[in-house]
Amino acid sequence: MMHVGDVTETLAAEVGLRSDEEIVRLRQIVRDHAIAQGFSLVDQTKFVTAASELARNTLQYGGGGDARLSKLTNGVRVGLRLRFVDRGPGIADIERALRDGFTSGGGLGLGLGGARRLCDEFEIQSEPGKGTVVSITKWKLR
Amino acid sequence: MDTPKGAALIEILSRHRDALLTEWLDQHLSIALRRGLTTEAEMREQFRSFLNVFTDALQRSDILDANRPEWEPVRAFLAEMSAHRARQGYTPVETATFVFSLKQPLYVRLRTELDDDPAALSEVSWNVNLLLDSLGLFTTEVFQRSRESIIARQQEELLELSTPVVQLWEGILALPLIGTLDSARTQVVMESLLQKIVETGAGIAIIDITGVPTVDTLVAQHLLKTVAAARLMGADCIISGIRPQIAQTIVHLGVDLTNVTTKSTLADAFTVALQRTGSSVLTPSATA
Ligand SMILES: Nc1ncnc2c1ncn2[C@@H]1O[C@H](COP(=O)(O)OP(=O)(O)OP(=O)(O)O)[C@@H](O)[C@H]1O
Ligand SMILES: [Mg+2]
Repeated sequence: MMHVGDVTETLAAEVGLRSDEEIVRLRQIVRDHAIAQGFSLVDQTKFVTAASELARNTLQYGGGGDARLSKLTNGVRVGLRLRFVDRGPGIADIERALRDGFTSGGGLGLGLGGARRLCDEFEIQSEPGKGTVVSITKWKLR
Repeated sequence: MDTPKGAALIEILSRHRDALLTEWLDQHLSIALRRGLTTEAEMREQFRSFLNVFTDALQRSDILDANRPEWEPVRAFLAEMSAHRARQGYTPVETATFVFSLKQPLYVRLRTELDDDPAALSEVSWNVNLLLDSLGLFTTEVFQRSRESIIARQQEELLELSTPVVQLWEGILALPLIGTLDSARTQVVMESLLQKIVETGAGIAIIDITGVPTVDTLVAQHLLKTVAAARLMGADCIISGIRPQIAQTIVHLGVDLTNVTTKSTLADAFTVALQRTGSSVLTPSATA
């Protein structure tokens, strides 16, 4: 358990991301926890979809990595935070990667920007040659 | 080539049989039991049977070469065991360890036995080493083949289950998608729809995504590509079964479906399709 400001963070699950099957598994785990936290159907779907986008980026561009899901409480709010870590090539130009339509892999180029729009908080850190960390958070009033 | 005889080996195998069995088993059991894949009794039985066929082969031909016909029963035994383990969920390494873990207890015995003849010791040891290596690698090969055939079979089953293109009406096809749309499966499903369009000459295809739990950019891209390909073949697609939460998510993702006809239910999509093909279903009130 960790306290930052008034936020209490408790690790709920860790999932390796090295295959399509593991992405499916992550989505199921995230959905289960979103339901347990009392997220509405729309918020469940948004958070699971954002998770799916980032998980696939981790696999496709980061060469695989890990996802850590934690439960948050902050006064009258509860939430979920999901952090993706890979040791892939990193992203040289984060602003460009976030731009709708930019893709280096023949996708739609909407995953990163879409994930940011689907969640309440979005953080990305990346260093070329070292890897990428993306974290998303979704809150719900108790 | 003058291959050294396995006489010393037969000697050891018959005299120290039980001790060998126990030492060998000890090394291996921890892996197998930890993974909860077998029982101790079952393993002991398996090891005992292996030592039997191994000793038999040695007695028929004391040349330590796993490729000779006398060693066929040993290979057959290992083949069956490896295939079985592939189904049980062992890893290839754990399977090969079955053979490799016999090395150490054997060496220990050989060293005591051939104490006074270092030349013979090193020669026999070397050949035992080669023999067990080739048998161990053989298990890996069989294991691999078994895994592949298991996977191929599962894939076929999945693909069959998941390509349910149905003809709803003259000129109207429907593809109800169910489950996770990842990887190869989506590709195959979409291709089967295009194939069916060619076969039936259908002018309209309804892709129903009611049963798809998550529509992310990858799924959206597959849908868009299929719609575009169908259009090139002269067929229009209607995407149905877009639930409210999915609609909202798609909008936030920024996926542009404005060029695609979408309907919330399959029934609505069917009505539109009938109108477009110039057919209509008369409702009871209309006939009255
Ligand atoms: N973990 C990562 N490591 C390295 N590069 C990444 C990573 N995640 C994203 N990128 C880069 O950012 C680009 C944009 O990512 P985004 O998810 O928005 O689009 P996409 O994956 O290309 O297509 P889509 O997600 O729409 O199917 C990627 O094409 C890739 O170049
Ligand atoms: Mg992406």
